[in-house]
Amino acid sequence: MAFAAFSSNVKVDAKPTKTGKVVIALLAPGLAYLGVFFLTPLIALIMVSLQVPDPTGVYGKYVPAFEIGNYAYVISEYFPHIIRSFSYALIATLLALIISYPLAYFIGVKARPWPLLQKLMLTLVIAPFFISFLLRTLAWKQIFSNESWIVTTLQQIGFLGPDQYVVGTPFMVIFGLTYNFIPFMTLPLYTSLERLDIRYLEAGADLYASPAKVFRKITFPLSLPGVISGTLLTFIPIAGDYINASGEFLGSPETAMLGNTIEANFLSINDYPSASALSVLLMGAILILVTLYVKRSGTEDLL
Amino acid sequence: MRFSLGKFALPLYSILAFIYILIPIAYTFVFSFNDSLKTNLIWRGFTFDKWLNVCRDQDVCVAFGNSILIGVISTIFATALGTGIAIALVRYRFRFRSSVNLLLFLPMATPEVVLGAGLASQFLSLGVNKGIVTIILAHIMFCLSFVVVTVKARVASLDPALEEAGRDLYANPRQVFWKITFPLLLPGIAAAALLSFALSFDDFIITNFNAGSDMTFPKYVYTAAAKGLPAEANVIGSAVFTLAILIVLATQINGEIKRRRLTKRS
Amino acid sequence: MAKEFVARGADLELKGIRKEFPGFTAIENLDLKVPAGEFFALLGPSGCGKTTTLRLVAGLESPTKGKIFIGKTDVTETKPHERPVNTVFQSYALFPHMTILENVAFGLRQRKIEDPIGKAKEALNLVQLGHLAERKPQQLSGGQQQRVALARALVNRPSLLLLDEPLGALDLKLRREMQIELKAIQMEVGLTFLHVTHDQEEAMDMADTVAVMNLGRIEQMGAPEALYDRPKTVFVAKFLGQSNLLVGDVGSTSANSLSIEVAGNKISVPKDRAEKHTGKIAIGFRPEKATFHTKKPSASSNLNIIGPGEIVDIRFTGVSNQYLIEVPNLGDITVFAQNMGQSPVIELGEKVWISWSVDHSFGLSDLPTGSETD
Repeated sequence: MAFAAFSSNVKVDAKPTKTGKVVIALLAPGLAYLGVFFLTPLIALIMVSLQVPDPTGVYGKYVPAFEIGNYAYVISEYFPHIIRSFSYALIATLLALIISYPLAYFIGVKARPWPLLQKLMLTLVIAPFFISFLLRTLAWKQIFSNESWIVTTLQQIGFLGPDQYVVGTPFMVIFGLTYNFIPFMTLPLYTSLERLDIRYLEAGADLYASPAKVFRKITFPLSLPGVISGTLLTFIPIAGDYINASGEFLGSPETAMLGNTIEANFLSINDYPSASALSVLLMGAILILVTLYVKRSGTEDLL
Repeated sequence: MRFSLGKFALPLYSILAFIYILIPIAYTFVFSFNDSLKTNLIWRGFTFDKWLNVCRDQDVCVAFGNSILIGVISTIFATALGTGIAIALVRYRFRFRSSVNLLLFLPMATPEVVLGAGLASQFLSLGVNKGIVTIILAHIMFCLSFVVVTVKARVASLDPALEEAGRDLYANPRQVFWKITFPLLLPGIAAAALLSFALSFDDFIITNFNAGSDMTFPKYVYTAAAKGLPAEANVIGSAVFTLAILIVLATQINGEIKRRRLTKRS
Repeated sequence: MAKEFVARGADLELKGIRKEFPGFTAIENLDLKVPAGEFFALLGPSGCGKTTTLRLVAGLESPTKGKIFIGKTDVTETKPHERPVNTVFQSYALFPHMTILENVAFGLRQRKIEDPIGKAKEALNLVQLGHLAERKPQQLSGGQQQRVALARALVNRPSLLLLDEPLGALDLKLRREMQIELKAIQMEVGLTFLHVTHDQEEAMDMADTVAVMNLGRIEQMGAPEALYDRPKTVFVAKFLGQSNLLVGDVGSTSANSLSIEVAGNKISVPKDRAEKHTGKIAIGFRPEKATFHTKKPSASSNLNIIGPGEIVDIRFTGVSNQYLIEVPNLGDITVFAQNMGQSPVIELGEKVWISWSVDHSFGLSDLPTGSETD
């Protein structure tokens, strides 16, 4: 949905009409690929999540089993991380929404008389994508690093204690998460607002509604599809992110999120069942969100 | 919200928002000119040295080269597979539409950790050695859906009557595709390819899970971040950024020029 | 130019055509014969199946049942790119990534005809667009695009040219010009044209034969004058021009005519102009064939008279006045009076009788249901 922001507004009203065996040739390779490299790994994840350590005691080896207890283990062990992930994601998503909405409104509604300017501004919005995700997170880390002038100034004016730093705090992690996912929120919002018919707003004003009321009762509800789409596109990746919260970047052991535990379990401790169980839990939560969305709006608008 | 203030509030806010968005990019750029030693944390002085001798530190260039290679190969496959699906979705009637839409959507909605861990588990249980090939296989998988979305938008804007006119004018289905459909889809396919390449190039999480010991540029940045990232990484990052922005801007300005020229009537 | 093309087009025959789509049947049972060299119009409201018929002939759809013959060849199973048929699409469907010269040359290139560019240039000259050959379609106006679409189809000398509401997007003046041009080209070149439209004036003006379609069937087919003068069904009577319809049971019959009684008036129709001779029949007459009188006219064997009624509406349309007369127990009757320059001959509210010649009546095969549009 976000990518509709860049397509031309010419939408020919053509229903799918053709039939024939060609469809299979067009669909099969790609779908088969996804079947092998997407679906099967997910199933593999579920299976690994139920495995138990190899009885011969070889480190890092596991055997197929049906140990549901793995799930109980990870939930109890990593409960704080799970809660933290979803609350960070929620806060960051909300912040992204609040920051992005006026920007999307400006580009999508106010700047309509200048389409070239709109395109240029959209390019600016997605500009961060063109520089490595890690580099831009690293940049924030260094801007807010312990020796930076921002932190020293804040310490001097007493906002921060002499031993308090910014990097490694939940604030910094949420800040980073919000920043990195603003384009994901802005683009769907823009798409929705770009299609908003100004005459609705004019009608509202004509019918004695104040600007605040117009926004609350007309603009925002009409942009709701974009809000929902943007929220999904933001919340889901944030919930699984582990770069921002990792120690090398903006976080610390106190801010470890679900993604960090999965990564640690998989790559460091080699505790594959735990990592897989956590992944399945994360995936499950997201599937619930997606199902709610699909039940409401169907699958045609997903892509 | 009073109106006189309101007129400037929004543009002003947007400017501030853009500045906020661009800060890390500017920072990266600036520090690519830093006359740094091992770490690039403190500003020591301005120099072009890092730009001119980017590959003095071999590792960063090898990583960069790998990223390019992986990006190109993944893009070719993802674009080919995805274009077919996009055409099928827009033009053809078939059963299980909802399932196909869902299957294509899920990789975009799945967190990268899950994708990465899943694939890695599978490679592990199959005994496949992790390396460049596994990275490419992983990248094709998650780029596919994005290609479909992008090309789909372009196919939807194509009048089906054009293809029918082609058939009416004695072109067989193969000729219709190559002489009519494909040239008109090309901008969308190109956009999809660019998007796919960008996603592949910048990917870290999935790559990290499936890479073994091979280095890609993002992986290099990650591992180097702990001990100190050399300015050469900033150089590459800034260079890629500049190139990408220039391509996008050029495309948009070119499109605008074309549009203006075409709407001049006889 | 004419001698460049085949001297005549080909016959078209549709036998027992049925076309079903998931959820509805577009064409129930269609039999159609279009003689070679004729300008044939398929007329009907949207959804009647005329565009589907066109697409079946072009090969863009396959019939569920039935056969299609072009010339004497069975083309039912032939693909569109193998049929000697070309279409002018409603949206023109000009390839935006090619110049109009390349557009016109496209079909020639596909068939590997030699000198495609030269022939394309001639075709463009035929439609007076030779000087714009290097432009792209988006740079042309609607009327110009329409002519390019025509040239692109004609240049291939098809046995049969299909036109799918090609003038729909043009404004009135341009449409009139194009109607004249299309007809001229058809006559000069001698091709068979199959023209689909919902505009009855256009169909009657251009076509040698008109077929009126409704709900997947042809209701009536014939020369425009014949259709207009003697509609056979309620739908045709109301779709082609306007009609006043009176319904009653057949009372008396004579050697040549039959009559019904409606609200105390005897209405007659010649037997050879009536589709049924017994039972309940709808008899109609055209508004321009009737006159109204302020005094009841004397009865006559060749005159139908109804009334008295009250004039409830007068509309001035330039060439004529349209009078709406409410006759009790009979309904509203429309009468046209040619504008002869006199000031209004009658006022609202006046009581008048309406008469028309019996020979101008027509008897329909079905009865109005009250849901037809006027």
